[in-house]
Amino acid sequence: MAGLAQTMGAGAMTNSIDEITESQVLFVIGSNTTEQHPLIGSRIIEAIKKGAKLIVADPRRTYLAERAYVHLCLLPGTDAALINAMMNVIINDGLINEEFIKERTEGFEELRQNILQWTPERAERITGVKAEDIRRAARIYAGAERAMILYCMGITQHNCSTDNVIALSNLVLLTGNVGKPGAGLCPLRGQNNVQGACDMGALPDVLSGYQKVKDPGVREKFSRAWGVEIPEIPGLTVPEMFEAAEKGIIKAMYIIGENPAVSEAHLSHVEKALRNLEFLVVQDIFFTETARFADVVLPACSFAEKDGTFTGTDRRVQRLRKAIEPLWNSKPDWQIIAELAARMGYPMTYTHPSEIMDEIASLTPSYGGISYDRLEGPGIQVPCPHKDHPGTPYLHKGSFARGKGKFIPVNYTPPAERTDEKYPLVLTTGRVLYHYHTGTMTRKIDFLNKKCPGPFVEINPADAQKLGISDGNEVYVKSRRGKIKVPARVTEKIKQGVVFVPFHFAEAAANYLTIDALDPVAKTPQLKSCAVNILAGSEENGNS
Amino acid sequence: MTKYVKTICPYCGCGCSIILHVKDGKIVRTSPAVKDSINKGTLCIKGMLAHEFVHSPERLRTPLIRENGSFREATWDEALRMVAEKFHKIKEKYGGLTFGVLSSARATSEENYLISKFSRAVLATNNIDHCARL
Repeated sequence: MAGLAQTMGAGAMTNSIDEITESQVLFVIGSNTTEQHPLIGSRIIEAIKKGAKLIVADPRRTYLAERAYVHLCLLPGTDAALINAMMNVIINDGLINEEFIKERTEGFEELRQNILQWTPERAERITGVKAEDIRRAARIYAGAERAMILYCMGITQHNCSTDNVIALSNLVLLTGNVGKPGAGLCPLRGQNNVQGACDMGALPDVLSGYQKVKDPGVREKFSRAWGVEIPEIPGLTVPEMFEAAEKGIIKAMYIIGENPAVSEAHLSHVEKALRNLEFLVVQDIFFTETARFADVVLPACSFAEKDGTFTGTDRRVQRLRKAIEPLWNSKPDWQIIAELAARMGYPMTYTHPSEIMDEIASLTPSYGGISYDRLEGPGIQVPCPHKDHPGTPYLHKGSFARGKGKFIPVNYTPPAERTDEKYPLVLTTGRVLYHYHTGTMTRKIDFLNKKCPGPFVEINPADAQKLGISDGNEVYVKSRRGKIKVPARVTEKIKQGVVFVPFHFAEAAANYLTIDALDPVAKTPQLKSCAVNILAGSEENGNS
Repeated sequence: MTKYVKTICPYCGCGCSIILHVKDGKIVRTSPAVKDSINKGTLCIKGMLAHEFVHSPERLRTPLIRENGSFREATWDEALRMVAEKFHKIKEKYGGLTFGVLSSARATSEENYLISKFSRAVLATNNIDHCARL
C-alpha cells in the first residue's frame, strides 16, 4: 500500500470486481486467485470466455496459469526485474500512451533512463523467464485498450515489496491503463475486512481515512472529538512490536482476532517475544496457538452473532447482520472494548454499531456519506464523501488522488537470503482453497479437513529425483531458522528449484522456516522467499 | 420456523453476500445471496460452509485467567477488572509506548475504529497494527 500511496495517492483496488469481465487483458501476478479469491477467480475465467487474454506470473503452474495466454514462470522475488523488462519492450516498441503520460503523469524521463538498461535478456538471467515470453507478455498488455493488473501477496511479501508495487504502477501509468472501467491496478485483500481495518486506522502511522498522526491538524481534530491528546510519534508495525517485545521494550500486548504464533515470519522469535511480555491479553473465538501465551483470554463472538460492516477488496462497505445471539458467555469485540475503556476511566457509551459508524463518518472524509440506512442494498464503494454521493466504482478518473501519477524508477533487489550449497532450494508459502490463514476456523470443519487434511511440500520431479524423494515420502524441510516434517508432493506444477509449503498448519508451521527480513518502507516480511534444503524423513535427519 | 439472515462471508476479501438459515437459534445452512450481491448467487466451498465453525464445541465459552501456570474459568467482571488494572499499572509505570495492540482484519470496521480509539485515547499509544502485511 505504501507503493501506491506514493505513485497514485491511494492504496486500494482501483476498480470494481464487476469490471473484471470488461477487461481485454488481465495480468495476474503473485496471486493464486482461484484458490485465494474464488469469486474473483471465476470472474477472470468468465472474462477469458468473453475473449480476454490472460497473462500469469507465478512460480507455480496454478489453475489460472494453465489457462493463460502466457505463463511467466519466474523465480520468487524477481518480479521487479520482470516488470522492468516488460516496460523496456513497451518503450522500445513505441507502445507507450504518450498523451496520458503528458497529461497525467510526472517523472517519465527518469523512468525511461532507468528502463533502457532493463533488456528482456538481462531479466531472463534473473527471473528464469525466457526473454521471448517477456516480449510477448509486454506486447499483449500494452496492446489492450483496457488492461487490468491483479496482484496479491506474491508481490507484497518480500523485502522489496514497495518497489514491486511501484514497478507495477509504472507499467500502468506507461500505458494509461487506469482511471476508466476495466483498466487499473488491483491489490487483492486476503481477509474479509483488511480494507476496512486499514481505512479505520488500525495502523501505527494513521488514524481513520489515512489521516497522519504526524499532522498537527489531524491530531487536533481527533483530540477535540475524542477528548484526549493523541500521541504524536507514529507507532510500531507488527514485526517491529515483536522485536521490541523480545528486547523488553514492549511490556504488554492486547491481541484481538489474530494468531501471530502461526502467521508471523520466523516463529521461534515470535514465541520468545510472547513469553517475554509482562502481560498478554488475547481476545478470540477459539483458544488459538497465541492464547497459550496469554495471561487473560477473552471470548469474543463470531461474525454471525453481531452487527457491523466489512469493507471488501473493491472498497465496498457492506452490512454484517446478526443472525443469532452471542453463544455461551461470548461478547462482540466492540462491546468488550467499550467495557474495558469504561473500566479504565474512558466511557464509551455506544448501544449499537450504527452509532460507531456515525462517529466514523463524522471524522473520516472517505466515509463521510456512509450510514446504516444507506447500506440496505448492495453496499457503497468508498470514497463516499457525503450523504448524496453514490460511491466510487473506480478510482483516479480525470486525476489521481495525489494529482499527477508519479513514475518512480526502481531496480531489482535480490531476496534477503540467497540459495547456496547447504540450502539450495527457494521456499515460497501460501494458502490452499480448502483452508484459511492459520486454520483456526476452517480446521474445525470436517469436510474441509477431509479435502485437505494437513501440510505438505510441493517439489518439482527433477529436484525430487536429485534428492531421491518420491511422491508421498515424509521429508524434512529445513532452513537456517527451523525445520518441519511433512509429506512430499512431487509435481510438475512447481518451478524447478522452488518448493511450496502452505502456512495453515500449526503442527508443521511453514513460518518456522521463513525469514523475518522486512521491506524497508512497508515492513512486509519476506514470507514468499527464503533458502531451504529438503532431507529424507529419517530419524538421523530429524535430530540434526 | 426458519429465519433467513443476509450477511457477508467471513473469509477472503471478495465480500460475497450469504444467507444464514437459522432454526431454533442454530445456523443450519449457508446459501449464496442472489439479489444485491457481488457474487450473484454463486459461492465457493469455504463460503458454503461459512456457518460451520460458529457452533463448534471448541469455541471459547468464558473468560480465562492464568493462575500458577494453568488457566481457570473466570467471570467477565473479574477478567475485565484484572485487564483494566494491569493495563493501568503498566501505563503508569512505563508509559503508553510500552503497549502493543494487534487489531483484526476479521473484526468489523466499527470494531477496528474502536480498537484504534482505545489504543490512542486510553492506552496512549500509536503501537496498533493488524495483519495487512500477511
